Amino acid sequence: MNVGLQDIINGLAQGGVYGIVALALVLIFRSTGIINFAQGEMATFCTLLAWTFIVANGWPYWFGFTLTLGVAFLLGAAVERVVVRPVEKAPELVIVIVTLGLFLVFESLSHGIYTGPIKQLSWPLGEGAVRVGDLFIGKARIGVLVASLLIMLLIFAFFRYTKVGLAMRAATSNPNAARLMGVSVDRMLMLGWGLSSMVGAAAGIFVANLTGLDPSLMLGVLIYAFAAAVVGGLTSPFGAVVGGLIVGVLENIAGATSFIGSDLKTPAAFLIIVLVLLVRPNGLFGRARVVRV
Amino acid sequence: MADALLEVEDIVTQYGPVVALHGVSFRVPEGQIVTLLGANGAGKSTTLRTISGLLRVTRGQILFDGKPLHKMSPEQIVRAGVVQSPEGRQVFADLTVDENLEMGAYTRRDRAGIARDKQRVFEYFPVLGQRRSQPAGTLSGGEQQMLAIGRALMARPRLLLLDEPSLGLAPLIVREIFEIVQTINRDEGITVLLVEQDVALALHVAHYGYVLTTGTVALHGPSDQLRADESVRRSYLGY
Repeated sequence: MNVGLQDIINGLAQGGVYGIVALALVLIFRSTGIINFAQGEMATFCTLLAWTFIVANGWPYWFGFTLTLGVAFLLGAAVERVVVRPVEKAPELVIVIVTLGLFLVFESLSHGIYTGPIKQLSWPLGEGAVRVGDLFIGKARIGVLVASLLIMLLIFAFFRYTKVGLAMRAATSNPNAARLMGVSVDRMLMLGWGLSSMVGAAAGIFVANLTGLDPSLMLGVLIYAFAAAVVGGLTSPFGAVVGGLIVGVLENIAGATSFIGSDLKTPAAFLIIVLVLLVRPNGLFGRARVVRV
Repeated sequence: MADALLEVEDIVTQYGPVVALHGVSFRVPEGQIVTLLGANGAGKSTTLRTISGLLRVTRGQILFDGKPLHKMSPEQIVRAGVVQSPEGRQVFADLTVDENLEMGAYTRRDRAGIARDKQRVFEYFPVLGQRRSQPAGTLSGGEQQMLAIGRALMARPRLLLLDEPSLGLAPLIVREIFEIVQTINRDEGITVLLVEQDVALALHVAHYGYVLTTGTVALHGPSDQLRADESVRRSYLGY
């Protein structure tokens, strides 16, 4: 068995990304009760946009990064306003199908516009690894882990300390009461989707640092992100983050063992998640909905 | 006769094809406590929801200080000074007491004024101050009602709409809350439109009352008069 610190660190970096995507999923689920199945594909599309800005057009990396995030925000808000809002009050199945439709739309867009070989989109942190004792930790991985944690902190701070963040939480908690306070719940929903899309795009760019960039970028990530969100408890942002880290580490540890190996690491990770849910059906930090009569 | 602070003129409100208010008219003079009475389904909460802009009128108008409230958005109505403490409290259960109060002041920008008003709310309702960092969902029914009223006060209302504050609460707590409402009305000059099922209690605190039945005003008058009225006594006061 060759599981070592190396695998755990890889797992944390991977898990950081799962955590952010899971966070984006939880953001939308908490505010609207909708699971955005198109989350990954929207992120992939935005990451391909980033590639266009940075590699194809040759713009400076961080400028392209920020621009992509801005476009992602507008894209998310527009999707909410144009596609989701009309079906908001429809039965759940309709909404699920709509987001699945969005999945197909963005997947097709990505495949259609970006043909050709796998692309590269790495950030300018330099190649190579940092040596800590016996371990070699890739700079890219450190960057991804740090950036993921940074984004999570920013999101938490936004919701906890800003007026708009508070208004969004209020709109989620009780939309009618929020309206009575003068909050535009519709605008909060657009904001939520915009934020979620922005976070997803960032996740996509981070993943592109770890792997090559092609239209299937987020397919694998999305499934793990779902698992992470469920483990953490679909209503808990903190849980999403922790869930992500757990799933990432589990996946890498399982893949490192010769017993399980990389063939079975995916099912192994999911098996452990099933076990977690058997013990705690609401996820580690989720809350069963208690309605006070 | 001076114009009242709130003039509701012949409003018709519908839920889809169902007409809930068949032409309701009443006036609320500034500085008074006016109560809307009636049984379940009479249209009391619908009236308040219409005033707050959550429902649109099909006909008629609502004038607040001369301004056409019925044409304004819920946000504009709050900014104009008409604020509601809704039926069933509707506090933000996941937010703390403090955050609930902050949300009450959502339309305001003056930090110093907001802080001062929060202190005043804690003076009226000390228990809220004690629990200010607790999630609102953990409060008792009576405390949540106090929070709902405090939250409304944070918007600096000129007219406070109270929707069934006694619902589901023990008589002792209800009496305490109503005394505080009277104090607020007296000391701050805040006009109150009170919707209540507890007719005796409502007529005790209000100056004037309107009795609604199935979407129209059946009867109205000063509270003493209503209390003495035969039909009111038999239908609502039980004697």
